[in-house]
Formats: sequence, C-alpha cells, structure tokens
Amino acid sequence: MSSDSDQHLPHILGDRLLTAVWLALLVLTVVTILVARIHLGFNNILVAMTIATTKALLVIFFFMHMKYENRLLQGLLCLAFVVLAIFIGMTFFDVAYRDVALS
Amino acid sequence: MNQAATLPQSIPPGYLASSQGKGGLASWLFTTDHKRIGLLYLACILTLFAVGVCLGLIMRLKLITPGNQLLTPQTYNAVFTLHGVIMIFMVVIPSIPATFGNFLLPLHLGAQDVSFPRLNLFSWWLYLIGSLVAVLSIFTGSGAPDTGWTFYVPFSERTTTNVSVAVLAVFILGFSSILTGLNFVTTIHQMRARGMTWRRLSLFVWSLYATAWVQVLATPVLGITVLLVFAERVLNLGLFDPTRGGDPLLYQHLFWIYSHPAVYIMILPAMGVVSDIIPVFARKRIFGYKMIAFSSLTIAFVGSLVWAHHMFTSGISDFAVLLFSFLTFIVAVPSAIKVFNWLSTLYKGSISLEPPLLYTLGFIWMFSVGGLTGLIQGAAGPDIHVHDTYFIVGHFHYVIFGGTGLGMFAALHYWFPKMFGRMYDRRRARTAFWIILAGMNLLYFPMFVLGMEGMPRRYYDYLPEFATGQFISTVGSWVLAAGLGLMFWNLYAGLRRGAPAGPNPWGAATLEWTLSSPPPHENFEHEPRVDHGPYDFAREASHE
Ligand SMILES: [Cu+2]
Repeated sequence: MSSDSDQHLPHILGDRLLTAVWLALLVLTVVTILVARIHLGFNNILVAMTIATTKALLVIFFFMHMKYENRLLQGLLCLAFVVLAIFIGMTFFDVAYRDVALS
Repeated sequence: MNQAATLPQSIPPGYLASSQGKGGLASWLFTTDHKRIGLLYLACILTLFAVGVCLGLIMRLKLITPGNQLLTPQTYNAVFTLHGVIMIFMVVIPSIPATFGNFLLPLHLGAQDVSFPRLNLFSWWLYLIGSLVAVLSIFTGSGAPDTGWTFYVPFSERTTTNVSVAVLAVFILGFSSILTGLNFVTTIHQMRARGMTWRRLSLFVWSLYATAWVQVLATPVLGITVLLVFAERVLNLGLFDPTRGGDPLLYQHLFWIYSHPAVYIMILPAMGVVSDIIPVFARKRIFGYKMIAFSSLTIAFVGSLVWAHHMFTSGISDFAVLLFSFLTFIVAVPSAIKVFNWLSTLYKGSISLEPPLLYTLGFIWMFSVGGLTGLIQGAAGPDIHVHDTYFIVGHFHYVIFGGTGLGMFAALHYWFPKMFGRMYDRRRARTAFWIILAGMNLLYFPMFVLGMEGMPRRYYDYLPEFATGQFISTVGSWVLAAGLGLMFWNLYAGLRRGAPAGPNPWGAATLEWTLSSPPPHENFEHEPRVDHGPYDFAREASHE
C-alpha cells in the first residue's frame, strides 16, 4: 500500500472563514461583470480567466477542503489545473494571432 | 515453453463458474468482479466490432467501381458516419483498457479488485446505455446521422438527421470512459500489494496509468463539446454558428482537444501490451524499462498539446500552425523511443514466434508505417496537399487498426489461456495472422497513393483515374475479413474444446500467471508479497 498514512481528521471550518470566502466569491462575481463592460480587447479574456480561476481555487481549497488534504492529492489537482490552463491558453493563443499573417 | 510433462488434465472452474449458489445471467450483469466486467466489455466490444467491420465492407463494396451502385449518397454518408462513431467511441477507445485493463490491472498489482468495484460496474452499464442510445439514433428521428464521426459544425447543427441523439450517446459513453480512468488511477495508487513498488509495475500497468490520466483530463472536454452542439441544435444558441456570431473554429479546437489525446487513449494500452509480450517471447528482460514507462507519461502529456494539427487548413493563425506542427514532431520522439527499446529487447533474444509475438511484430510494422505517415501530415507544408484525402484515412487505419487492433489481437492471443483456461490452435492462429496482415496492407496501402493523387476522403463517387487503387483496396477488405473470420473462429474453437492451458503456458513472470487459469473469484488467496520485477525470467525459471 502507499506510504501516506497521515491522520485523516475531519476539518470543521469556522463560520467566519466560510463567510469570508463566500463574500470574496460574491465580490469577484461583481468584478467580473464590471470588468466585462470595460473594453480591454484581448485582455478581457485574461482578466475573466484570472478571476474565474481564483474563484475556482477558493471553492476547491476551502469549501471542498483541498487545503487540508495530503500533498499527493494537491499535486494531482495541480496537474489537472495546469492541463486545463494549457488547453484554454493554447486555444486563445490561436485566437489572439488570427489576424497576424506570417510571410 | 515446453510444458508437456506438466500439462494439466482438467480446468478449474475459477471466476467463470457461479459462486455461493448465485449463477445465471444476473450474476454476470450485476457482477462487481473486475474479471467478469472485463469479459462483459469484451463481448460487447467484439459484437460492435463485427458491426463496424460490416459497415466498412459495405462502404468498400460500394467504392469498388466508380458510379452510383449499391447505396444512395445519403445512405453512404450515414454508413461512414456510423462506421466511425461505432469504431471510435464504442470499440477502439474502450478496447484494451476496459477489457484487458479491467481483467488484468488488479492481477498485475496483486490486488483483489479495482478500488471502486461498483463504480466499475456502473461504467459498463453507462457503456451499454450509451451504445443503445447510439443505435437508437439510427432508427429514430429523420434519418441516421450523416456528419462523419467528427460532428463538425456548422453542418452538424443544420442537418436534419438525428445528430442530437447521437451526440447524447457520445456524452454517455464519455462518462463511462472517465469513470474507468478514475478507477484505474486510484487503483494503481492505492491497491498495490506489498513489495509492488512503482518500479516493479508491469509496463502494461504503466501504460494504463498514463491512459487513465488522459481519460480523466481530456474526456470532459468532449462531454462539454457535444453537449454544446446539442444545446446549439435544441436552443439555437449561436456558439459555433457564424451566422449567429459564433466561431466554428472554436468547435474544432474543443473537439480535437479531446480527440487527439483520444488517439493516445487508443494506442498507449496497445503499446503496454506489446511491452509485456515482447520480453516473454524473447526470453529477455525488457530493454530500457524506465524509458518505456517514462515515455508513456511523456506521450500522454505532450500528446495533449498537439490537437490543432488537425486544423492546419481550416484558417487558424499562422503562429498556431507553427507551434502545433513543432509539438507534433516532439511527440514522435517518445513513440520512437518505445520502438527502439522493443527492437533492442528482441535483439539477441531467444525468440519463439508464438501467435502473441507475431501479432506484436505486426503491430510494430503497422504502427511504424502509420506513425511516419503521420509526420507527413504533422508537417505544416505537406499537410496542405494531403489534408482531407485518402492519405489520412490510410494513416489513421494503419495506426488504429494496424496498431491498436493488432495490439488487441496480440493481447487476446496472449491472455486467452489465462482468461478461459484453454489454448487455441496455434498454427491456425499464425495462418490467420498472415492473412490479416496481407489484407490490411492491401486495403490501406493503396489509400496512401490515392490520397497523394488527390482522392478526397468521404466522397461518394470518384474519377476513373482512381479506379485501380479503389479496386485493390476493396479486394484487400475481403482478404482482411477472411483473416478476421479465421482468427475469431479459431479462438471460438479454442474456447469450446481447446486443450487445458495450465497456469503459465508462456513462462511469463507477471503475477497473473501465478494463479490458476482461469483465476479464482477472489484472485489471490493471500495478498502476495512481491520481491521481483515483471520481467525476471531467470528467477521464474529457477523456481520451476
Ligand atoms: Cu491528432
């Protein structure tokens, strides 16, 4: 069997922390809407993706307790995030250069 | 492999027999035994494979001469779509992991079952339901889907045929694949027996591990994509439709983000099978164990970054063409590492040309041809010439049928005695192999020439100058079908009245061969203690 035998105690998060995370999520949602109204060109995508990623991380690390899991699980989650970032990043790399001709 | 002196006289009942008074169909349909689930998959996949082969034969027959014979254009479009959807999503993607992976993963790890046996059963049910929904899409609505297996927009949104139901089927099948991948990753991390370190894992397990990660990370993208097509058709959203402000290239990105890695879901397990078979029949330790294991992971990772090489002519940016073309060449490196290591293992080995090794050598030949022709399309310049021609059809069938298909047949011949406790006729298996190999090359090689000459894929009719190539190709399809018929009939005969095979007919050193054939319900009586690697034949021989 694998060697990670760390204690698996249930983590009960305090109300204040949970409320703070919830408020942060709400604030970020409002920011997303406001930023979308400002015209930043291609940077609109970068800003929207950054905010969305931050929100996802808040949910995963606090609401889903990933902060208190072992290194292996955190590493595997990180891998999934990196792959997803590459998928999205390389798709938008194409979009960003569509009008630029190489010749 | 000379075991005449110790040939067993009878076959133990093993997992195939009913246990604790429970028998009959329900004991199979609701089993949580990974071995039985593997066989359930095998039965479904081989049945659907037969359907796919028949559709392919009909297509080839239609194309034997130019002109409008046998099928109407609309039926022809439906036939190649069904051939693709069935073969890709229901046969090749689950082929090796769901059958041999399920059957062997716990045995190779020294475990009793996978981590989540009931989830495993659920995956099979999803697979069954997905397949039934796909069949439903043929006979309901206004006609079978006619888009090709790629469901490219905007046609897939505008066609009146039953695309909505077909993409739902793909969605369900996708979840079956994700759950199997999840199960395998967890099992490999958690269920290894004592002493089964990462370096003692068989290379088949390593390839399943890499495959499982691709299944978990890439398949959700397919799920989302087909769901968006469904939403677009039903709710008129305008995500991909340019007339409503959508971007059709976004669809192609999303589709290939899954469907290129899916090619590695198809080929990696076959590479694992090959890596396990070669040392057994060369009586040598595998050459470059670490590099083969590592290259599986590299292929899985870099293979996830090359998807837009399917889009060089579709209007993506020049920078993206350069980047994806470069990455495509990078992914050829780990594949080549594997081929070199397999050949080095064979070098100066004590080779016995048993059927599993023959099919394996067929794999190496076909995969090499398919892989190298893939690079022609991966290079941005030549691709413009061969894009969407028969060249790609030839390339794809060399890799997937010649590669994964022969890998699957190799696995079938290698583990057949373990699965069923009986041996097939080895001479007839060799004959079947040569007929299959000849048929495949006769069927698919002319496609390279036709493609170079400009024959577009998926066309209903063609110019007279392509007639010779098309004719040879159709004759090849008959040879191939005859070879497949002989091979399956031989296996069936072996299943019915083959001689008892005994626990280890090939003298292999992985853990499944320490059990009786077929293995008992709970696999190992005690959790095994592993103290040697998977290709330690010298040690295995000294024990006998
Ligand atoms: Cu590809």
